[in-house]
Amino acid sequence: MTSFISKAPHMEIKYTQIFINNEWHKAGNGKTFPVINPSTGEEICRVEGGTKSDIDKAVEAARNAFRVDSAWRKLEPSARGTLMRKFAELLRRDIAYLAQLETLNNGKTLINSKIDIMGSAACIDYYAGWADKFTGETIPSTPDTFIYTRHEPVGICGQIIPWNYPILMLALKLGPALACGNVVILKPAEETPLTALYCASLIKEAGFPPGVVNIVPGDGPECGHAIVVHEGIDKISFTGSVEVGKKVQENAAKSNLKRVTLELGGKSPLIICEDADVDFAVYVAHEAIFHNAAQNCIAGSRTFVHSKIYPEFIAKSVALAKKRIVGDPFDPNTQQGPQINSQQFKKILNYIELGKNAGARLECGGQKAYDKGYFIQPAVFSDVKDDMIIAREEIFGPVMCVLKFDSYDEVIERANATNFGLVAGVITKDLTRALKFVQELQAGSVWVNTYAAMKFQAPFGGFKQSGQGRELGKYGLEPYYEVKTVVMKLLSKI
Amino acid sequence: MLSKLVCKRVLNHGLRLTTRAASASTQQVVVNRKPEVKYQKLFINNEFVDSLSGASFDVINPATGGVIAQVADGSEKDVDRAVKAAKNAFRLGSEWRRMDPADRGALLYKLADLIERDRAYIAALETYNNGKPFKDSYNIDIPHCIAVLRYYAGWPDKINGKVLPVGGDFFSYTRREPVGVVGQIIPWNFPMILLCWKIGPSVVTGCTTVVKLDEHTPLTGLYTAKLIQEAGFPPGVINILAGDGPNCGGSIVKHPDVQKIAFTGSTHVGKIIGAEAAKLVKRTTLELGGKSPNIVFADCDLDNAVEMSHFALFFNQGQCCCGQCCCAGSRTFVEEKIYDEFVQRSIERTKRRKIGDPYDESTEQGPQISQEQMDKILDLIDSGKKSGAKLVAGGRREGDKGFFVQPTLFADVKDDHQIAREEIFGPVMQILKFKSIDEVIERANDTEYGLAASIFTKDLDKAIVVSNGIRAGSVWVNTYDNFDPAAPFGGFKQSGLGREKSEFSLDSYTETKCVTIKISERNS
Repeated sequence: MTSFISKAPHMEIKYTQIFINNEWHKAGNGKTFPVINPSTGEEICRVEGGTKSDIDKAVEAARNAFRVDSAWRKLEPSARGTLMRKFAELLRRDIAYLAQLETLNNGKTLINSKIDIMGSAACIDYYAGWADKFTGETIPSTPDTFIYTRHEPVGICGQIIPWNYPILMLALKLGPALACGNVVILKPAEETPLTALYCASLIKEAGFPPGVVNIVPGDGPECGHAIVVHEGIDKISFTGSVEVGKKVQENAAKSNLKRVTLELGGKSPLIICEDADVDFAVYVAHEAIFHNAAQNCIAGSRTFVHSKIYPEFIAKSVALAKKRIVGDPFDPNTQQGPQINSQQFKKILNYIELGKNAGARLECGGQKAYDKGYFIQPAVFSDVKDDMIIAREEIFGPVMCVLKFDSYDEVIERANATNFGLVAGVITKDLTRALKFVQELQAGSVWVNTYAAMKFQAPFGGFKQSGQGRELGKYGLEPYYEVKTVVMKLLSKI
Repeated sequence: MLSKLVCKRVLNHGLRLTTRAASASTQQVVVNRKPEVKYQKLFINNEFVDSLSGASFDVINPATGGVIAQVADGSEKDVDRAVKAAKNAFRLGSEWRRMDPADRGALLYKLADLIERDRAYIAALETYNNGKPFKDSYNIDIPHCIAVLRYYAGWPDKINGKVLPVGGDFFSYTRREPVGVVGQIIPWNFPMILLCWKIGPSVVTGCTTVVKLDEHTPLTGLYTAKLIQEAGFPPGVINILAGDGPNCGGSIVKHPDVQKIAFTGSTHVGKIIGAEAAKLVKRTTLELGGKSPNIVFADCDLDNAVEMSHFALFFNQGQCCCGQCCCAGSRTFVEEKIYDEFVQRSIERTKRRKIGDPYDESTEQGPQISQEQMDKILDLIDSGKKSGAKLVAGGRREGDKGFFVQPTLFADVKDDHQIAREEIFGPVMQILKFKSIDEVIERANDTEYGLAASIFTKDLDKAIVVSNGIRAGSVWVNTYDNFDPAAPFGGFKQSGLGREKSEFSLDSYTETKCVTIKISERNS
């Protein structure tokens, strides 16, 4: 077992408290929780743990910031955009520090942290441009009435984000909410609160009025739950597992019918057709599963390969997986860092055992790497069958599952035979076949000859149990405004 | 100070500004009365070049009548050169065609930042060349330019096409493609603002442009060319020429490689351009003149109505498609009940209007743009005197240097007076009397123009009924000259074709392509 030596720089962690009303607070119950470095398993620092009383405080601050005649409500739409662009500028300014903090806390490579931050800034810029551009409508009516719609902010938005893309998820959530003039209470994942809290300081520096963005670190059961059931919160946006997502929707309805959007898991198919360039397909499939240590809702975790190219595909995928460099995310040569924590780590190793027991062929990898942290060698299973657990359940770990197919109608059916429906990929040169796949795959995003093609300008979200509602693009604004229809009767025309 | 009050009213009502700019006072700015003229050549392919003929023309300061610069005089061959550059920048595979839409926006944000950096200088240069009061250039014109460019900058990656609900086994969608090389001809009354209204939509839709600045006011446009170069626009994307209308402007309109023409100017010239452009089926948008009705009901807030009506006409020396302004509220209809009071207050306000040195903090009105314009205005004032309308303020040239005309007010004007029918484009206000709503709507619409209109009333019903009834592209209620970048602006009838600013301006810079692909079997 190789010994792990970290190249992580010594970092000053400035922000470990709860951010409400542009101020830093200790937790109401005085408790803190540890934040772990997944490369070493060691504690980085402790962070204030928000619970119900802190959420109540945040709601009060948000409500105050949202009242009619407040600075935020009166702000010109274009000025909202200006504040958002300032925040984006600050993200870019502090990219060096933020990237290191993201890598220290999450374990993703430093290169990928930087890419995430640039992406976050671009996402905020994209939505900043919408602030003064989304419109209501005037509606044709009889001459004695005047009818129009107002697109009003929903109000206080609770946003709960996961640990796999801490900064990017924060940007994806804040972007549309702020563009539409809402106020926000955001809970970063318990595993990864540090960069969110640093971003809070940038929000304040950018000049947002107090109470517009509040960031409360804490766990799911006490902190997250308090947000979901709070009667004073108008909307919840949750990204996480299907299991928790179902509870969120249930509790949101039971409490005050707050509006709900969910981005949940996936078991997304990547279908490689016989006319695919095999080297290209191998490369795409490799990134599709292994990127971000496979901790991706969009991971291409069922790789369907046409029987004609199957043997070549397996051989080349195994070779590529064996070459993947697993190690210290601060090392510029590293391609894959650790899994996020010991719980996930154990879960993944367990799935690998299940795969072996079910009769799938473990071609390479699958074992622990290093003596510290949560590193796993990328695994490739061939001869996977649809009914195996590793082909049905979301592993969220570096395990590629390759399944063979012969007919295109059959593979579409098999690809759709899941309760998930987040994304799907197809590799083919044939125009008609590509458009057939596009039409018939039950997924919120279908990618042709590419994968993980997330663009801020295009909507993203799940069919079926992969979620509800869309994020990104113009569609991403819809959950964040409430439509008010106004009808004025002209007395003189009666 | 009255000028500050007007400024504040103006800033609150008209020409929407960012909150930061609105609080700026020119007193903290060092006012440059003789700004150095740095750029006097044509801007083609990101370079400053002489005109191919070697000719240049004089640029006048209308406050003194003196020559302040010589600028290269662009004509047909220079237009050809500029169009070639624009066409090259537009070729398939070019840097501009391949650029990420969001990056086009980033260039506009950069240009806005540079204009903001050089705000004091550009405002001084605008006043030097155009004569508008410095406090207007500094507090209104330049901040508006910045706001417009920043508004447009957010659009490039949001110009969506549609996927269409067609029948049969087909997949159909639209692409909104840039229309191509565009020719944009702008006038002298708002040189910087109209330049930004034009390059904004061209850049965001991915077009390339040849802009012709007005021969009276080329200086700030050529300075902006330098900023365009500094911002990092690829060569040929924005080309800026100076030259006259018939030769330079005409060459742009006639050039076979220019796909679209955008013109702001008089209705008379607009018709000539429209006819010429039609020969090659060029897409054409026109922002032309106006004789906009300003309707004041008895139940209005009278203070507000008097002040805004005054502003509606006199802003920009009356040189506004609104003063020197296309949309000038140049027919003020006042309800009988408050007519005398309104006229009296307007006389007082008009007599108080301070005309003079545009660099003076207290000046509200500078000179008209040229000898020719001034003569035309004085002629129309004469016709007003002869027609039987009552001259109650002003009526003559002011001083003998520069092109100043006294703020002039006619009461008891009748619909058939020349001053009530023709666009004066000068500081001459007309007040007419009306009795009923239906009557005033009909009289307001009795014009071939239809650019703007305004209504002053407290009554909800009146506001909506009259707004619905007036045939004008912009109707302002209890305000005037609101030019928010998000709101469209353009004319009904002979005031123009198409709309500027807002999402609605994008249509005329894009060409819709519908792609239909046969598929094996369509399912919903």
